[in-house]
Amino acid sequence: MGLTGLEIYKQLPKKNCGECGTPTCLAFAMALAAGKGALDSCPYVSDAARDALASASAPPIKSIKFGNGSVLGDETVLFRHDKTFYHPTTVLVQVSDTLNDTDLVAKVEQINDLEFDRVGLHYGVDGIAVLEESGDPTRFAQAVKVVADHTEKSLLLLSDNVAALQAAAPAVAAKKPLLGNAAEGNYEAVVALAKELALPVILKANGLDALNDLVEKAQALGYKEFVLDPGSRKPVETLANLTQLRRLAIKKKYRPFGYPVVAFTSKNEPMDEIAEASIYVTKYASAIVLKADEKGFLLPLLTLRANIYTDPQKPIQVEPTLHSVGDVNPESPVYVTTNFSLTYYSVEGEVEASKIPSYILPIDTDGTSVLTAYAAGKYEPEKIADALLNSGVADKVGHKNVIIPGYVAVISGKLQEKSGWKVIVGPRESSGIVSFARSLSNG
Amino acid sequence: MPVTLVKERFPSKVGEVILGATSEQGGTRTSTVVVGGDNLLPFLHFEGKVVNRPVIAMEVTDIVPPWNEAIKAQFGDVLDNPAAWAQKCVNEFGADLIYLKLIGADPEGFNRSPEDCARVVKEVLAAVGVPLVVVGCENAEKDNEVLAAVAEAGAGENLLLGLAEQDNYKSITAAAMVHKHNVIARSPLDINICKQLNILINEMGLPLNRIVIDPMIGGLGFGIEYAYSIMERARLGALANDKMLSMPMICTVGYEANRSKEANASAEEFPGWGDLAQRGVLWETLTATALLQAGASILLMRNPEAVKLVQRNIADLVDAEVGA
Ligand code: B12
Ligand code: SF4
Repeated sequence: MGLTGLEIYKQLPKKNCGECGTPTCLAFAMALAAGKGALDSCPYVSDAARDALASASAPPIKSIKFGNGSVLGDETVLFRHDKTFYHPTTVLVQVSDTLNDTDLVAKVEQINDLEFDRVGLHYGVDGIAVLEESGDPTRFAQAVKVVADHTEKSLLLLSDNVAALQAAAPAVAAKKPLLGNAAEGNYEAVVALAKELALPVILKANGLDALNDLVEKAQALGYKEFVLDPGSRKPVETLANLTQLRRLAIKKKYRPFGYPVVAFTSKNEPMDEIAEASIYVTKYASAIVLKADEKGFLLPLLTLRANIYTDPQKPIQVEPTLHSVGDVNPESPVYVTTNFSLTYYSVEGEVEASKIPSYILPIDTDGTSVLTAYAAGKYEPEKIADALLNSGVADKVGHKNVIIPGYVAVISGKLQEKSGWKVIVGPRESSGIVSFARSLSNG
Repeated sequence: MPVTLVKERFPSKVGEVILGATSEQGGTRTSTVVVGGDNLLPFLHFEGKVVNRPVIAMEVTDIVPPWNEAIKAQFGDVLDNPAAWAQKCVNEFGADLIYLKLIGADPEGFNRSPEDCARVVKEVLAAVGVPLVVVGCENAEKDNEVLAAVAEAGAGENLLLGLAEQDNYKSITAAAMVHKHNVIARSPLDINICKQLNILINEMGLPLNRIVIDPMIGGLGFGIEYAYSIMERARLGALANDKMLSMPMICTVGYEANRSKEANASAEEFPGWGDLAQRGVLWETLTATALLQAGASILLMRNPEAVKLVQRNIADLVDAEVGA
């Protein structure tokens, strides 16, 4: 992360010998700052300088990887409009080791099923948090084993009891679970276990001051694979803590807080819990542990996550080429829409639901919605006429009828004139397509 | 070791707007609502004061609305009676304001006359003591007539009237000035248009503390992220003392959230999406709670169950007993 050429230069040997391939140390520093070349090209750089540069150039929030592809942290901004948020909040659903094995398996299977398809995207819950509530390390180890055997999702093993973690973690270490909690009373043993098994571990303390002390002590053990839990369980406090941790890491480059943060909800009613979790999705939680485990609760939350973590610079787009839905034939209707993925998939879903094999032609509008494109002059009749021509759809169907979105009914005359196709104005909302398509094919 | 917190000290704050007027103030409301006034990013009590909590205006329409059954059923038999409906919103569901939409005025629909619309407004004013937000049918020409009549009928009540847009703000602004109301200034998710419109309205003579910004939103899953970021930027602008961005923001949460398929499709149709009773309510709820985090002051909501959840979410967040 952004060290200037001069900051790098200060750490170089200043021999100006040219062995690095650039004539002077300063030129070499400038090249490094621009992301060209590697520090190792200089044979004389001292170890101290190497460490200093490495830590100064480290990202403000460490990236922590665990489980099945879960990545926490590595964020660089406070507001998504400043660039983007990179690593969507990892969502874990909790299970208790007090369930018997049969119930545990049933619950794990239910969590496995928390996967969704909408608007061309697939999203799901990322992991399962196994809570030790039995007070019995053997039971915890057994429960963890059962969960691990029945899921591909990432795992979090959560207990305040070192013995329970010691009993459970080694058998599933290959799945690289996240461990917790290392707290004031037990952190040495828990961090030692994490270090031995090379697993990331949650450091938990009550409030930021205590957390700061704990991180520094834990770091002194020579380990840095940490996730932070500031201990708050009240929404307004958690919001404050999440914000402070993110601000200190990014604005102050405050190293002890340069780790991802996990949030725990306080509400027990699932609807309230999801509303609470939405606060943490928007404001900086790298991971959230939830109790709610039904689809109707999770889809809204995961949709919010997908939205907040969309790159503001690039709307998601589909190929602006002719798409077909179902087993198309010469009678198939032809719909035109835009290449904004949200628009395209809203239409595709409904066309599919009409059960009438159809063609859909998304016009290249730089990934904007129908009305946005229209307002910006990117959905002009000339352009649509050209796209129809170039798509070759005329050779595939035996008619010349094209259906346009209801919101742009005004272009129908002009489009008809430019393209030679008969223009049929469809419904405004895609939800009207099914009944529209049926009436069309019956009429 | 104590950590030194990062507390922003903003040079300014979000402007305050007062809605409604009691009898001492020339109206007939039993209470008024004040929005805005905060000098902090949403709910960060450690760096300022949440002066006025965000409020919820519940949607009432002048004709029976085409909403889904799960929402309509919660209102019982009042949907053809705006006054009784508004009462229910206030008495049973705890609405802070009533958001009256005069969609019956639509020339392509019932084409109700401006006088009829004004009468509905009077009935609702008589039925409840909370302040009113009143908007037309989104047909620019008709709305100009309707809102002029409404402004006159509600003179003294300090209404919030909408919508003023870039190409149609003059007549509503004039009506608000003559009869001392406030206006909603709507811009299509664009900071510059938003500022420009506020300037234009202000230049006509309406004071800045009589304008509320409608930044336009997309619902959850349908472009909410654009609204979220525009609103965060507007809030930061207000705090940095940009007077033309300093108005409180209003969001059409119920309308946008409930347009989506996810808020309406049954579990039979989409087994993969789970139970509609949960999903539909949460679709509106999360549209609201996410935008609260971006700085919304007035939420225009529809589903009573979602309203309940958002009321509790707001209560949790304005609880200032604790900080970081
Ligand atoms: C998000 C948004 C933006 C985003 C862009 C998002 C994107 N990638 O497109 C941003 C902030 C960038 C933006 C910019 C602008 N926007 Co804009 N924007 C919106 C907003 C809020 C939502 C649009 C959206 O994503 N809708 C969801 C998609 C899925 O809808 P859709 O494409 O229309 O598809 C639906 C239907 O049309 C139908 N459908 C689609 N295809 C087909 C095909 C057939 C055959 C059928 C039958 C049906 C069908 O199915 C879909 C689901 O029902 C709308 C207002 C609103 N709430 O709708 C304004 C809106 C579209 N924007 C508008 C404007 C004016 C603009 C700007 C020109 C103004 C500005 N300067 O900000 C710019 C243009 C930018 C540019 N130069 O490219 C206006 C358009 C006015 C008009 N009537 O022409 C709107 C309506 C807001 C308003 N009321 O003023 N916008
Ligand atoms: S090799 Fe090292 S010392 Fe020599 S010029 Fe390059 S940076 Fe300087």
